[in-house]
Amino acid sequence: MSRTFYDEMYDASGECRPHYREFARWLADTPQELLAQRRREADLLFHRAGITFTLYGDEQGTERLIPFDTIPRAIPMSEWRVVEKGCIQRVKALNMFLADLYHNQRIIKAGIIPAEQVLANEGYQIAMQGLDLHRDIYAHIAGVDLVRDGDGTYYVLEDNLRTPSGVSYMLEDRKMMMRLFPELFAAQRVAPIDHYPNLLLDTLKSSSPLDNPRVVVLTPGRFNSAYFEHAFLAREMGVELVEGADLFVRDDKVFMRTTSGPQPVDVIYRRLDDAFLDPLTFNPESMLGVPGLLASYRSGNVVLANAIGTGVADDKSIYPYVCDMIRFYLDEEPILKNVPTWQCRKPEELSHVLANLPELVVKETQGSGGYGMLVGPAASAKEIEVFRERLKARPEAYIAQPTLCLSTCPTFVEQGIAPRHIDLRPFVLSGRETRLVPGGLTRVALREGSLVVNSSQGGGTKDTWIVED
Amino acid sequence: MLSRTASELYWMSRYLERAENLARMLDVSYSLSLMPQDGRGNGLEELAMPLLITGTLETYLERHGQLHAERMLHFFALDEDNQASIYNCLRAARINAHAVRGRITADIWENINATWLEVRSIANEGLGRYGISRFCEWVKERSHLFRGATYGTIMRGEAYRFIRLGTFIERADNTLRLLDARYEMLGEEAEEVSDTSARGYYQWSALLRALSSFEAYTEIYRGSPGAHQVSELLLLRADVPRSLRACMEELNHILASLPGDNGRPAQRLAAELDARLRYTAIGEILDEGLHTWLTDFILLVRQLARAIHSSYLEAV
Repeated sequence: MSRTFYDEMYDASGECRPHYREFARWLADTPQELLAQRRREADLLFHRAGITFTLYGDEQGTERLIPFDTIPRAIPMSEWRVVEKGCIQRVKALNMFLADLYHNQRIIKAGIIPAEQVLANEGYQIAMQGLDLHRDIYAHIAGVDLVRDGDGTYYVLEDNLRTPSGVSYMLEDRKMMMRLFPELFAAQRVAPIDHYPNLLLDTLKSSSPLDNPRVVVLTPGRFNSAYFEHAFLAREMGVELVEGADLFVRDDKVFMRTTSGPQPVDVIYRRLDDAFLDPLTFNPESMLGVPGLLASYRSGNVVLANAIGTGVADDKSIYPYVCDMIRFYLDEEPILKNVPTWQCRKPEELSHVLANLPELVVKETQGSGGYGMLVGPAASAKEIEVFRERLKARPEAYIAQPTLCLSTCPTFVEQGIAPRHIDLRPFVLSGRETRLVPGGLTRVALREGSLVVNSSQGGGTKDTWIVED
Repeated sequence: MLSRTASELYWMSRYLERAENLARMLDVSYSLSLMPQDGRGNGLEELAMPLLITGTLETYLERHGQLHAERMLHFFALDEDNQASIYNCLRAARINAHAVRGRITADIWENINATWLEVRSIANEGLGRYGISRFCEWVKERSHLFRGATYGTIMRGEAYRFIRLGTFIERADNTLRLLDARYEMLGEEAEEVSDTSARGYYQWSALLRALSSFEAYTEIYRGSPGAHQVSELLLLRADVPRSLRACMEELNHILASLPGDNGRPAQRLAAELDARLRYTAIGEILDEGLHTWLTDFILLVRQLARAIHSSYLEAV
């Protein structure tokens, strides 16, 4: 099967794209040994700084480095403006969708999304029904995963509205590049992203009606795969990093235990899934959360960012409707495209999926992190049969999409510089306004031909440059 | 500051201080074990000292059956299964630091993280190949770096105070135990007013060196070390940084500077102990019996540590 991939750096005729020219010139002048040496230096620095993640299911709890690639992914500013507008539009619509779902459910009444798809969804939280949130914002922090197809068109692969992670790598990758290759930043204008924590704190503060609310970051603890990021963001924002046991609820108000007695908490940037937030309401087995937190939240005494119950909007079975949401709530045409998606819950679409499994990507509607998915073209006959049975047994739990020709970017691998597939996750902040810093996290599939970029599956990261035209 | 954060900071520095103290003990015992022993054995008794002081002799004997030089050194330095080994102290310190990495400066965190990464590679290489003295030097050096990074980079706020509290509680306890153990080991010889025996000289000077107080001793007393002067130096001299008095003065000062009312029991106890040392003469201690006095004071330091815990580290 012949495929054409969009290469971020070179066009079809092998010509370097304009926004990569400075870099290409530098690369041509830089010996590979130097690149290799700098990469080792980066590994050492990342290790020393403990910029690591923990793999689930790894009994040793070993901390690993996310491989960092020294060749940046660059995007021209004009192109970025479109992506930025598209992301803002999308997240606005998704927040309106969530507010609607937990209030009047106009979109269901209008017949655009079937009621059972929403109300019977695992991510839908009855506890949120009728609750009014400050500024009507549910997903204060969203991560939008974008890929580019063969002709360079951007597609949204998924929206992450629960506890999207990776922003610390976006910032650390930039710091590392500036440290290793300062000359690159002197030669051209790369838009800065360092103010992200500042915007994040501003967003979190604006999520509360109070003038100067006390913000904390709630982490499941040091064994969580994204613990580094939790600590990083707390430090950068200058707020406390708390675990469930550091908090308690009295008279429906949340306090933290400090050396000088209880201190009130107003906004919780929680990096803990809904199910673990409050053992009195959700999972009674969980030791991670805070008993009584939900009652306090419902009384309006504390803000949770993101809100409870946002999972219903980033569920992969809702994804196919996002473009309709944009039209419905904003009366606008979607700027960013969706990947065509078959919903296996629909019998006619299921039969199409079953007939074409080797060409498709199949995902669990509730899955994340690259777990529990089938990449048809890369799968063995046996793996495909296993998935066929799973699909027949629980069709409603899966969606399928065509295998996209994900764009590639030159990447420094064992054999030298070679193209590898990438995606992009910009982080969208919703507060008084909806905004992002120019850039995002670029993830790269390091294995040749692989389309899976998740760090849990061995993917790496690149610095993402928005380059002035 | 979160009570848990304070607790992690306090334990982080306690474990690092403990690792340093262990390395100092091990270093001294090892060099003493290499000296001619006046026909008193093969230096094993000397090597067992760190085990005795840290209360791990029984665990060691259960595991290894008998005293054996190389095994003891390994057990004490790098044994992953010995909760009290230097290796595990560094691990514990790193776990604490990891939990509060947002509260310490990058310099402090990277120092502790790098120490942990390096001790793992030393453990892979093996103590025999790496060299015992070199290992002890390395641990002390890492500890100096930690202190330097702390002193030089962190804001003089609560985090700094809890880090220092951990250091001085651990150090006070260590000084008391070391003096006690050395005194016990010397037996009757320790009581001789001017001990001119070679054994006495090496034992006392080894203790002084373990506590980095040898130079101070020679400068102040200008003579061979004996029980009277060494005890006075290590217990009552405020100008010797690892002395009990210096530690208590710091603890009292830090506790008094912490805000809030909930720390009153700890503050009162620290002030009492500080005052007691300030107005005690070495003769009174020796009249009471050095061992008895030290045993009592070890309990008082433990009591202070408990008071710190209930006042700040577990507070609601």
